[in-house]
Amino acid sequence: MPLDWLWGLVGGLMIGTAAAAFLLLNGRIMGASGLLGGILDGSRKGAARSEAVLFVSGLVGAPLVWHLLRGAAQTNLTSNIAVLIAAGLCVGFGTRLANGCTSGHGVCGMSRLSVRGIVATLLYLAAGAITVVIFRHVLGLV
Amino acid sequence: MRGVAALAAGALFGLGLVLSGMTDTTKVQGWLDLFGAWDPTLAFVLGGAILPMAVAWRVAARRRMAVLGGALPARAEAEITPRLAIGSGLFGIGWGLSGLCPGPAMASLGFGGWQGLVFFVAMCAAMIAQPRVTAAFMQAK
Repeated sequence: MPLDWLWGLVGGLMIGTAAAAFLLLNGRIMGASGLLGGILDGSRKGAARSEAVLFVSGLVGAPLVWHLLRGAAQTNLTSNIAVLIAAGLCVGFGTRLANGCTSGHGVCGMSRLSVRGIVATLLYLAAGAITVVIFRHVLGLV
Repeated sequence: MRGVAALAAGALFGLGLVLSGMTDTTKVQGWLDLFGAWDPTLAFVLGGAILPMAVAWRVAARRRMAVLGGALPARAEAEITPRLAIGSGLFGIGWGLSGLCPGPAMASLGFGGWQGLVFFVAMCAAMIAQPRVTAAFMQAK
């Protein structure tokens, strides 16, 4: 088993443990788009809002500290600014319209066998795969 | 306490995303690239993340409240709506184009350079606009 797969499993268990802690301790679903979007559009108020702000602070801060200590993290993100903006708009609008992303529908939804979570995950996986085929193999853009 | 737990959960989520390779867009696009050099890492990440959560949902089902007080999430809704389908499709397009979804976009903000920042600002703008755009569309229809 290649090392990358093992790290994937280890990191995945950490992600799942974080989601499990947030669910059992705080009673909240760990959905990245819902937490961020709820802060931005003002739909999260009171304790729900302050806990979301703290969650996002940890989510941004811990990898930054890790990067400063180890200096190995790379995103290899495209430098095509039109692609970056279009992708960001699609991800932001789509995840809020669908009320979830990879963490909310994928991790938290599928693990409770939620029909909506499973359908959403199948749809964004399919849309993502088709997009990569078109924009990488046909247009050569990404 | 609730705040500390939220901060710690966010930190663990972020470190898990970095260690698993999910903040590296080549690995994510590699997973979606069925007709190229397919990279199965994401399946291990998703599988690894679902395991503790499957246990947590079973524990939650036997509890009336969260450990630190307050309600647990309601039962999952089952209705497949046009919003769910259209939103997930749009999200998948953006995910395929960039290799970023909201969690890794936030986790990589500290080291993702100007590219990561441009993506993040566009994502936030769309998140803010979405309720208004959707309401205007429904009214026009």
